[in-house]
Amino acid sequence: MKTIIKYVLLDLLKNKTILVYTVILAALAVSVLNMDNNNSKGLLSLLNITLLFVPIISILFSTIYFFNSVEFTELLLAQPIKRKTMLLAEYTGVAFALSIAYIAGVGIPVSIFCSGLAAFTLLVSGLFLTLIFSALALLIFVLFKDKTKGIGAAIITALFFTLLFDGLLLSFIYSFSDYPIDKPLLGLISLNPVDLGRILVLLQLDVAVMMGYSGALFKKFLGSATGSIYTIACMLFWIIIPLVISVRVFKKKDL
Amino acid sequence: MNSIRAFTLWSVLLCLDVAVCFATTTKVYPAPNSLHYAISNAHKGDTLVLQNGVYKEHDLVIQKKIVITGNGAAIIDAENKFQAFLIYSDSVAIQGLEIRNIGKAGMIDMAGIRIVNAKGVSINNNKLLNNNFAIYLQNASQCNILDNIIHSDFKDEVNGGNGIHAWKSDHLLIKGNTVSGHRDGIYFEFVTDSYITGNVSFSNARYGLHFMFSHDDTYSGNTFKDNGAGVAVMYSHGVIMLDNNFLQNWGEASYGLLLKEITDSKIEHNRFIKNTVGIHMEGTTRVDVLKNLFQDNGWALRVQASCSGSNFTGNNFIGNSFDVATNGTMMLNFFSHNYWDKYDGYDLDKNSIGDVPYYPVSVYSVISEKIPSAMILYHSFLTDIMDKVEKVLPTMIPDKLKDDNPVMKKLKL
Repeated sequence: MKTIIKYVLLDLLKNKTILVYTVILAALAVSVLNMDNNNSKGLLSLLNITLLFVPIISILFSTIYFFNSVEFTELLLAQPIKRKTMLLAEYTGVAFALSIAYIAGVGIPVSIFCSGLAAFTLLVSGLFLTLIFSALALLIFVLFKDKTKGIGAAIITALFFTLLFDGLLLSFIYSFSDYPIDKPLLGLISLNPVDLGRILVLLQLDVAVMMGYSGALFKKFLGSATGSIYTIACMLFWIIIPLVISVRVFKKKDL
Repeated sequence: MNSIRAFTLWSVLLCLDVAVCFATTTKVYPAPNSLHYAISNAHKGDTLVLQNGVYKEHDLVIQKKIVITGNGAAIIDAENKFQAFLIYSDSVAIQGLEIRNIGKAGMIDMAGIRIVNAKGVSINNNKLLNNNFAIYLQNASQCNILDNIIHSDFKDEVNGGNGIHAWKSDHLLIKGNTVSGHRDGIYFEFVTDSYITGNVSFSNARYGLHFMFSHDDTYSGNTFKDNGAGVAVMYSHGVIMLDNNFLQNWGEASYGLLLKEITDSKIEHNRFIKNTVGIHMEGTTRVDVLKNLFQDNGWALRVQASCSGSNFTGNNFIGNSFDVATNGTMMLNFFSHNYWDKYDGYDLDKNSIGDVPYYPVSVYSVISEKIPSAMILYHSFLTDIMDKVEKVLPTMIPDKLKDDNPVMKKLKL
């Protein structure tokens, strides 16, 4: 498994896309953090960038990479290697490379310009989003045989979580505004890793007060230690469940 | 008859003369009941100079015009059980003392200095530490409260007392005081024609300044910072607020300035920086909000639909999460010539006034005002897009609430 990860990483290094991704993230982070002398505002802008770019780039890049290396995968599977090992090794390689890119691109500027719990939470949620969306890419890879369909599915998934889900949530809030929907909302929000990441970071910034102002429950529950643990557990599930499903499907898949 | 009259006049003059002649200055040294003794033996117009030291005395009733001074190290300690000075006479002055540890009681509001039914009392340069109420004015008139330092450590919103508490008074001058750690920093009820200037009120449990039914008062150059709920102003008319700072009143139920049922007032040249809500207005009539700075607030203004006839002119709105929020579609207030940092219109005729109106209420603020739970989508990508779309094609936002003449450049205030 280690050897496969090593070769995947080497391949990705040659690819240079990861390098470009790192540089772009770093450029964005430095400019955003320098633009405002107010740390909290810079982090807020960086959060918006993370929430928009990380899911889309992670899922698209991973999906394309998985599809492109189909031949490599098939070749290796001809050797006495378990399918599970092969799949997980590929996932680990890609997710590891993207995480390193995120940490180098965003983590280093953040740790230079600002410190504190909020900056750390931003890094954690960015990392989680990278891991989650590459796991989803893996799931897309095992579910679709056709590359074009797979990439289409990846784009739709990313858009769904960054945009469409919130729209549906808003229409839900609108139609059930006469009922006590705070608790169901908490449940629904766990269904979207992007929202989870956003709330996790927001609660560490001082704009959290504004969330508490109108929806005291969110702040009370999500702002507490239990809330943070709950959020992180949800995000872990978002990594594990797609991985487990992909391994299961891949075991029986006709290559 | 004439001689009798002359004699009366003569004796009156003589008495006055005696009074003036015997207006002595007495030194008082710390000893059990020395201050009590000194006060009861003093004559009208006397000055008591308190020497340095701790006076463990309480319920010092002053019923004649005297001056009590110290040089800052004369300490009156009420041992957390009693109250200190009770002033019932006009023109009493208390200067340069330290009064501390006033007790709490269920029946009476114990205060460091209580002024009852008196005129022309002045309280200057004192330190009032760890008191329940610090200075309590009750039916007082023309009193001066200058340059006192007032602080308390028991942050208790329910049982704590206020720093400067005035009830049914008029023509007060409250200037240069520093109040912290009390329930309300400065509290007025039925106080009229008073002037509050140059005070700093911070870290109080509830309001920095709180007044009700207090008409025709002027507040200028004060700083209200980091108070539990900011500043609340209710049921008054003729209030003038100039050049005050409302800073960092940041919390879930905090307001920079809360106005309720205020009429014919002026809010000018103030700075509202980093408050959850800059100004919250409810049921106000003819309140002019001119030339203020609103910076880094959650909501710069929350103008409820019950407000009418107010002018918002020449203000700077910079870096606020939401510029204006409102709860209805009716709008009877006027916005004009403000600078909005979110304005992205153009100025083709170069008269430094934008050619298209600015709508300061964003669609997301309308939604979250109607349904507070929608706040869970705060800062999500969707709400940003909705705001952008709504700017091009307004459908949900109150279209009457707009600034027809938005200024292109930040105003110099």
